[in-house]
Parts: sequence; structure tokens; C-alpha cells
Amino acid sequence: MERMKPSPRVYWIIFLLLAATFVLSITVGAVNIPLERLAAILTGRAGDAENATFAAILLKIRLPHAVLILLTGAALSGSGAAYQGLFRNPLADPYLIGVASGAALGAVFAMSIQWPDSLLGYYAIPIAAFLGSALTVFTVYELARVGKVVPATTMILAGVAVSSFASALTSFMMLRSTAELHRALSWLMGGGTLGGWPPVLASLPYIALGLGVLLTSGHVLNVLQFGDEQAHSLGLNVERVKLWLILAASLATAAAVSFSGVIGFLGLIVPHVVRILWGADYRHTLPLSVLGGASVLLAADTLARVVLAPQVLPVGIITTLAGAPFFLWLLRSTRNQLFG
Amino acid sequence: MLEIQSLSVAYRERLALREITLSVRAGEVLALIGPNGAGKSTLIRVASGMIPLKAGQIRLNQREISGLTAAERARMLAVVPQTHNLPPTFSVYQTVLLGRTPYLGWLGQAGSSDHALVAEALEQAGISELSARLIGELSGGEQQKVLLARALAQSTPILLLDEPTNHLDLRHQTNFLSLVRKLAVEKGLAVLVALHDLNLASLFADRVALLSNGRLQALGSPEQVFSPEILSPVYGVGLRVISHPEYGTPLVLPDGPAADFAPQGRGYMLSAEPMVRLHV
Repeated sequence: MERMKPSPRVYWIIFLLLAATFVLSITVGAVNIPLERLAAILTGRAGDAENATFAAILLKIRLPHAVLILLTGAALSGSGAAYQGLFRNPLADPYLIGVASGAALGAVFAMSIQWPDSLLGYYAIPIAAFLGSALTVFTVYELARVGKVVPATTMILAGVAVSSFASALTSFMMLRSTAELHRALSWLMGGGTLGGWPPVLASLPYIALGLGVLLTSGHVLNVLQFGDEQAHSLGLNVERVKLWLILAASLATAAAVSFSGVIGFLGLIVPHVVRILWGADYRHTLPLSVLGGASVLLAADTLARVVLAPQVLPVGIITTLAGAPFFLWLLRSTRNQLFG
Repeated sequence: MLEIQSLSVAYRERLALREITLSVRAGEVLALIGPNGAGKSTLIRVASGMIPLKAGQIRLNQREISGLTAAERARMLAVVPQTHNLPPTFSVYQTVLLGRTPYLGWLGQAGSSDHALVAEALEQAGISELSARLIGELSGGEQQKVLLARALAQSTPILLLDEPTNHLDLRHQTNFLSLVRKLAVEKGLAVLVALHDLNLASLFADRVALLSNGRLQALGSPEQVFSPEILSPVYGVGLRVISHPEYGTPLVLPDGPAADFAPQGRGYMLSAEPMVRLHV
């Protein structure tokens, strides 16, 4: 009876895609790990010395990196879908509305005052990034709001302005602490240069919490698509619900940005494709965006590692090179609805 | 039953509604009429708890509205808004199912009784055959019925409608309002409907409440309220009230110097050279 409801098969396909890109991500790189060795290592038959080397690469470098990328893709894409639903605007994206830049500012600020050294270690960075992103999203929302709606024009303008301001502050801070400059710069372009398991462990709780709230909010986001007044008359406590969702999306974004840097356009493209293929029911848009985003970012990251190998490109370059033209196309094809 | 007592509402510093007292009984349709800016929509919005009141009381079946949670309120009172800005890619069924929101948890998991009530609401609104269609594919009249069905799925004793016939043609206007009237009688709903068209109010409402500048000017049956002495000063235009030839309900017509109206103008135009030639 409900049209365009994605069948369970869709979830299976997207799960398989995620598994395939994950395997690709851990086997391909400066050193390729053949699949039979992967199988041997995973089943604990890593007997000979060569297999031990592969096992070390896999467990200490590839696996944590792939898990971090997976979490990052899931967080950015899931929160992109949520922001689009919250702002009722298909162009809302953690990058475009400045949340990601705000998170980066918070993270760099925390690093520049050596907060992680004194308290909480790595776990402090997502908290600082979260404060930065929450500050940014409320600033952009208040600047862009006309009455109770957020028009695309003002949202993008406010997003660009706030985002540039945050980026300038970030650059200023990085220039002040030159020792960290190179590392921070490549990190900000989406390099994910902090290696090993600590970043994964430090971002996992925040991303799980943020995405956990978002993934259970599909029904609520559906109700919000009818506008605040109708959502209110359908029995939703609109202001409180929106606050929770914004905080959850910003937390997920902040934790992702904290260790993977600013990765543009992923949160725009993936939910958009999901909506084109399977309709606008947020109970499906959210989980499919989360799975799809993880998969797409794993693929983009693999590409970033092989295209100029042995040099590793920041994955943000790949997503932006693919995403910016897509965004322009989207802007052009929907401009009548958005600005007409 | 909806009771509004000595209600005042302020927008910024200005009083938008002053000292309004009225009640809508179960099974009754009460139409809110009045010129633009009289406060009709404001009254609908404050009665549904969307905007705060400055003074007075609103009670839904004897319970003070400010003491209800959002979900409790939505189980007692449903609103049929105007149709602009609906998400075009939602299906009719999905939209009407959202009417069950006040009864569902955060996840919105609907049970078989919810689906049965949605089917019943679609049936009552006469749009069962549209259930798989998308909102964006429907006409204005059909969209209005979807919003009515969603309000019916809310299973509330009180129904508020904000100028639901504004963008409909004459057939859909009468069709929609007779449906609302039938539901009010059959289901014993208390219906408060803001209407622009006085003659529709006269035909479909049991009582009318005339608002002007945020004040209640008159409250009573259409026969009591629709007189030139009451309506003309409020609308600021000469009016004549005649009886509907068949039903005897009052009908309101503009009145004034004959020269202002079309028959003379048409006579003049016929005798003169047409200013624009139409090629038929």
C-alpha cells in the first residue's frame, strides 16, 4: 500500500556493497594483500613470516583506517540526511552549512591549547569539535531563518560566510602553532593521518550515539516534512525534537571531522541519490544513507590511496571533485523549486 | 467540545484578539467569518495551541489546553491546514498514517488498528482510491481531502479548519464543506472552521462567529448574524441580504450605486468599439 517502500533486498544489496568496499579498502594500497592471505589471516592461519607482516599491516594500519573511514562516511551521510530533513532543504549538508568547518575549528582549538594532553586524551577532540559544530549550526540557522523556514538562498549564504569565518580562524590558529601545521593541514583536507586504533575508539562512542538518535528518528523527520505547525498539531513537541536532532547530527559530524577532517559533499550526494532511488520516507532514507555513505567513502578513500600511489591523496579532494559538479547540477535542476 | 473564554492574544505589542468567548458543541459546525486581518486564522492557531494566549482560557472537553502534553492535545484536537507547502513525494497513505502520530511512540511503529483507522479515514474523506498516489500528483481539492483524512485518522472529538476552501473551485468548495458537515453530524465532532465566503458559511454552518479587528462582533445562526446592519460596518461595503430561493438560508450580495456593477458596464461596452478584439 505504501508506494516506493524499499524492499529488504535493497538493504541486502547495500550491505553487500558495503562489505565489498570494506574488503577492497583493507586489501588495496601501497602493499596489496591477496584475498587468500586475507582469508588465512582472518582465520588465524597466519603461520609464516610473510603472513605475519601482512597481518601486522592489516591489523595495525588497514583495519583501523577502514573502520574510521566507514564510521566517518556513515556519520557525514547520515547527518546530511538529517540536516536536509530538519531544514526541509535538499541542499543542506554538514559541509555547506558550515557545521564541518565549525567542528574543525573546535578540534584545532582543542589541539592548539593541548587539551588532549591534559584531559581525556583523544576523547577530548570530538567534544571540542562538537561545541564548535553546535555553535556554527545555531548561528547559521538563526542567520538564515526567515520566520520559521530556512530558504536555500539564505542558508547557503550564511553557511558560506560562517564556514569561511571558521576556516580563517582555524588557519590563524594553525599558523600560530607551526609545529603541528603540516599534520593539521593534511588532516583538514580529509587525510585521516592520525593512524591506528585510538581515533577509532575515540570517535566510535560519539558517532554511535549521534547516529543512534538519528536512525530512530525517521518517523519524526517524516512528520517534520509538513512544517512546524502541522508537526505541532500532529502532537510533536517541535522545538524540543528539532533541538535533539540538531545536536545528534552535529555530534556525529563533529566526531567524524575530529579524526578524518573536513570531507565535503558526501552528506549531500548520498542522501540525494537514496531519495531519488527509494523515495522520501526518512525511516528508510536515514539507514540507507548511513550504509551508502560508509560504502561510498570507503571507495573514495581507496581511490585516493591508489590514484597517485605511493602518494596518498586526502579523500576530501576526491569527494569534492565528484561532489561540487554534482552540487551545481542539483542547484541548476532544482533552482525553480528552490528560488522560484 | 471546545470552549474559549475571555481569550486575548497579543502579537508583539498589538492585541490580535480581545476578550473572545465562544464554544463549539459536539456535532456542531461553527464558522468563523470576518474581513482579512480580523483574527480568524489567529483564533484557529491559538485554539490549537500553536501560539500562546495572553489572557483567558481554552478548554478541550473540560480540560485546560495549557495542562495537556503535545500528544494529549493532538488526541483531542486535529487541525486541517491550508494545502500549500506539502511534501510532494509523500504518498497519500503515508500522509494519512501520520495522523496516528499522537498515539504512536518515537519510532512511529503503527499497528493493525492504526492501519484500520487510516483505511476508515480515507473512506470517509472519499479518497480510498487515491491512497497509493503521491501528494504532488493531486489537485488542490484532493490535497485538502488528504489533510481532512489525516485529521480524521487522529480520531479527535474536535476539528479545526483554517480556510480550507480558499484555493478550491465552486464544486470542490461545496463538496468539501458538505463532507465536513456530514462528518460533524455523524461522528459528533465539534467543528470550528474559518471561512472567507459568507454564503458558504450560511449554507454549511449551524452558527457563525463574526470577527472584526480581533473582537467578536456577533455570534448566532446565519439568520441572526447576516443582516446589512451587522455585516456592512464590519466589511465597510454596502450589502444586501436575500433568502436562498430553495433553502431559505440568507445570502449576502454586495450593494451600492447601480452604476458600479457590471450590467451598465456591459451595456456601455456593447455599444462602443471593443478595446481588444478577440479572434475566435
